Amino acid sequence: MAAGPMKMRATLAGGGTAASYTDVRVLMTHPMETGQRKDADGKIIPLHFIQNLTVKVNGRTVVEGETSQAVSRNPVFTFRIKGGAKGDRIEVSWLDNEGQSNKTEAAVA
Amino acid sequence: MNHFRRSTLLAAAAALLLKPLAALAAWNKEAFGAKSAADALKSLGASGAAPSKDIVIEAPQIAENGAVVPIEIQSNIPGTTALTVLIEKNPFPLASRFTFMEGALPFVKLNVKMGETSDVRVVAQAGGRSYTATKEIKVTIGGCGG
Repeated sequence: MAAGPMKMRATLAGGGTAASYTDVRVLMTHPMETGQRKDADGKIIPLHFIQNLTVKVNGRTVVEGETSQAVSRNPVFTFRIKGGAKGDRIEVSWLDNEGQSNKTEAAVA
Repeated sequence: MNHFRRSTLLAAAAALLLKPLAALAAWNKEAFGAKSAADALKSLGASGAAPSKDIVIEAPQIAENGAVVPIEIQSNIPGTTALTVLIEKNPFPLASRFTFMEGALPFVKLNVKMGETSDVRVVAQAGGRSYTATKEIKVTIGGCGG
């Protein structure tokens, strides 16, 4: 399975109080191969996994993640951004060990 | 004229090639390749973490499927800048590490694979110090081989 599209939803939580935050839920389509599985012919499927991910709000990086092959296939991450307002641009990108990458953008709703 | 064009093309190609390499450099190969949680934490400069009740780990006590174990972690320690997740009994314990900058809450929810029943250790870094908490998750079917 090859790496594929992403989906993201960013919603305001906490109802505009001082404790409000933006919930960012992002799905990445990726096999996250551990390098320990074998295919039908008994050949080892090589390591293939996301190593880096970046969350940006209005162009500014707020979270940087480093991940291993122990993250599940088709990873789903939830992050929380302090405050936030409707229309803020959230961008999430990833990069894997083969140099493939992808990114997605969404406005806070 | 032709020469100029070629050199700009080369420069553009070089820039394209260098970009992913530069980003890859931010992945701590030594820590992720460590075979024990202690070695991984040493590579991250986070050894000797003090136990803390201000790290919250939300995860099932029993995970039926080790391939997808949902884990939600949060640090209530002021000034938390990084959260690290280690699955102590996985072949490579370090599962992920997140660095939080101004504007982000020290919170993350993710799904991880677990080979067998294990303690999940979370290490929070705040103000140059490390804090830790663990939670045991029992796994019925492992998620690393298969």
